[in-house]
Amino acid sequence: MLRYILARFLQSTVVILGVLLLVFFIVNLTGDPVRIMLPPEANQEDVERLRVQMGLDRPLPVQFVRFIAGAVRGDFGESLRYRGQPALKQVIQRFPATLTLAAVTLAWSLPAALLLGTIAAVRHNSIIDNLATVLALLGQSLPSFWLGLILILVFAEQWNILPSSGYGGPWHVLLPALTLGAFFMARNTRLVRSGMREVLEQDYIRTARAKGLAERIVVVRHAIKNMAIPVVTMIGLDIGQLLGGAVVTETVFAWPGIGRLAIDSILHRDFPVLEADVFFIALAFVGINLIVDLLYTWLDPRVRVR
Amino acid sequence: MPTDGGATTRASNPGETETPNLRGRSEWRRALRSLAKSRTAVVGVFVLSVVVVVAVAAAWIAPHNPNEQVLERRLLPPAWLDGGSRAHLLGTDHLGRDILSRTIYGSRISLAVGFSAVIISGLLGIAAGLVAGFYGRGYEATIMRLVDIQLAFPFILLALAIIGVLGPGLRNVILVLGVAGWMVYARVVRGQVLSVREREFVEAARAIGASDFRIIRRHVLPNTLAPVIIVATFAVATCIITEASLTFFGLGVEATIPTWGSMLSDGRAYMGTAWWLTTFPGLAMMLTVLALNVIGDWLREFIDPRMRNL
Repeated sequence: MLRYILARFLQSTVVILGVLLLVFFIVNLTGDPVRIMLPPEANQEDVERLRVQMGLDRPLPVQFVRFIAGAVRGDFGESLRYRGQPALKQVIQRFPATLTLAAVTLAWSLPAALLLGTIAAVRHNSIIDNLATVLALLGQSLPSFWLGLILILVFAEQWNILPSSGYGGPWHVLLPALTLGAFFMARNTRLVRSGMREVLEQDYIRTARAKGLAERIVVVRHAIKNMAIPVVTMIGLDIGQLLGGAVVTETVFAWPGIGRLAIDSILHRDFPVLEADVFFIALAFVGINLIVDLLYTWLDPRVRVR
Repeated sequence: MPTDGGATTRASNPGETETPNLRGRSEWRRALRSLAKSRTAVVGVFVLSVVVVVAVAAAWIAPHNPNEQVLERRLLPPAWLDGGSRAHLLGTDHLGRDILSRTIYGSRISLAVGFSAVIISGLLGIAAGLVAGFYGRGYEATIMRLVDIQLAFPFILLALAIIGVLGPGLRNVILVLGVAGWMVYARVVRGQVLSVREREFVEAARAIGASDFRIIRRHVLPNTLAPVIIVATFAVATCIITEASLTFFGLGVEATIPTWGSMLSDGRAYMGTAWWLTTFPGLAMMLTVLALNVIGDWLREFIDPRMRNL
């Protein structure tokens, strides 16, 4: 057991190091990061100054070691847009907004999906089942920025009952959370429905029915419990993706989270912040995955025996 | 999906453990029969066919040049509304360009980006998955760690970061989406190879002295393709949405090319007054993606119901 946990930790560390390598590689892709960071009209003197300032005049391997050494201490250099501000600080300042949006999104989409998926599976081929299937397909096929625009049009422009964008009062979070949650609800409804239907075909469900249990008890006591593992996988996946910042939704609603920070820092050529942002998101994702994997060992003893 | 969870321990239906080989003639007939039985899939195939035909024949179908600006005919509503014109069935945008023609031409970019990107990532992923599954050991460990690393980035974030460095443009968008998506194929193909590798026909081929390359090409590869087709169908849909999102943020296809993403981005400022600017390209994109998703669902049921959670 301890060995398994240690192995998973080691594996995650390797992935994190790989993520850093990839981030470093992307920014050095075009050969001269200084040229991309500076506006095209910058003169040779500016270029040289920034190059020396960022240590980019040294050989690539040296730069990489310096980059890793900095990253491990959370030091990605200074933001190029807000001089004097550490890049990582920018990311951390934006994180609460992303966290809020993620929490509200999960808070409505997860219970909705669990309920709708379970009912759809239990009442197979009923009206609710068909409705759930259509909703799920629609939710997965709507591009989120388009859905966001439509919601803004209806709720903010036509009816004028909700703010269209920005961050502040509790009302601001509703439209982005609705937009973002549509996809998660759709996907999760499908997962719950198909998982539940599979569980309901198992022998132990037939046994439970055969011994005369009411259908409600069969579902609540026997079926739902066996959905725990797929549902934990699902929630882990959701949280990982949600913490990664909803790049599109945050941008459409001008929500100041880390996803929008990624777009902003690309548009403003603020590469240290982009590096810190991407690293932070990957770190969150790997961390959540690690937690989910460790949860399995507790939920499902079979995993431990491997 | 987590790298190695316990979620896959669920039982599968007996009798469906064999993935069908898509090469045989009778398999095609079986596929057609199964397709005919699924009403939604038939609709999906129909919608996608229409979109493909429209994209190919855009130059003949479109009533106007999609970039032609007639400023005195700005923001005309669709033909059935007051003030609409029969010459512009779906109205015109803020520069007097025909919405219908632009939506028709936009399908070209969406399909081109979707399919090209998926071909690139499919080829990369299949190659990586074959090597990882067939040779195992160091190759497998390295490739699967690479998969883990890249999966730690949200797809669109990785695409954005690379675009941010390479610069926008149609070619770069295709390249970036292609490179950003290979991991899923690698993972699926590796899984298939692991189970095929130990089968008798591979052993037999090896016994008669076939080279690794021949074994992979003739015996392993064909048996891994069925799930790849499922993954690819959904990936085309994802790539279409991602391209439109990138273009919407001004980080995608050049502004001179009419695309659904750029139409949405242009129309955004007029949402309250001229809803048709954003509605029609959005609907077109939704229908295309919906069709692809429906087809993917049917393929999954047909080829391998165990892959429901893919």
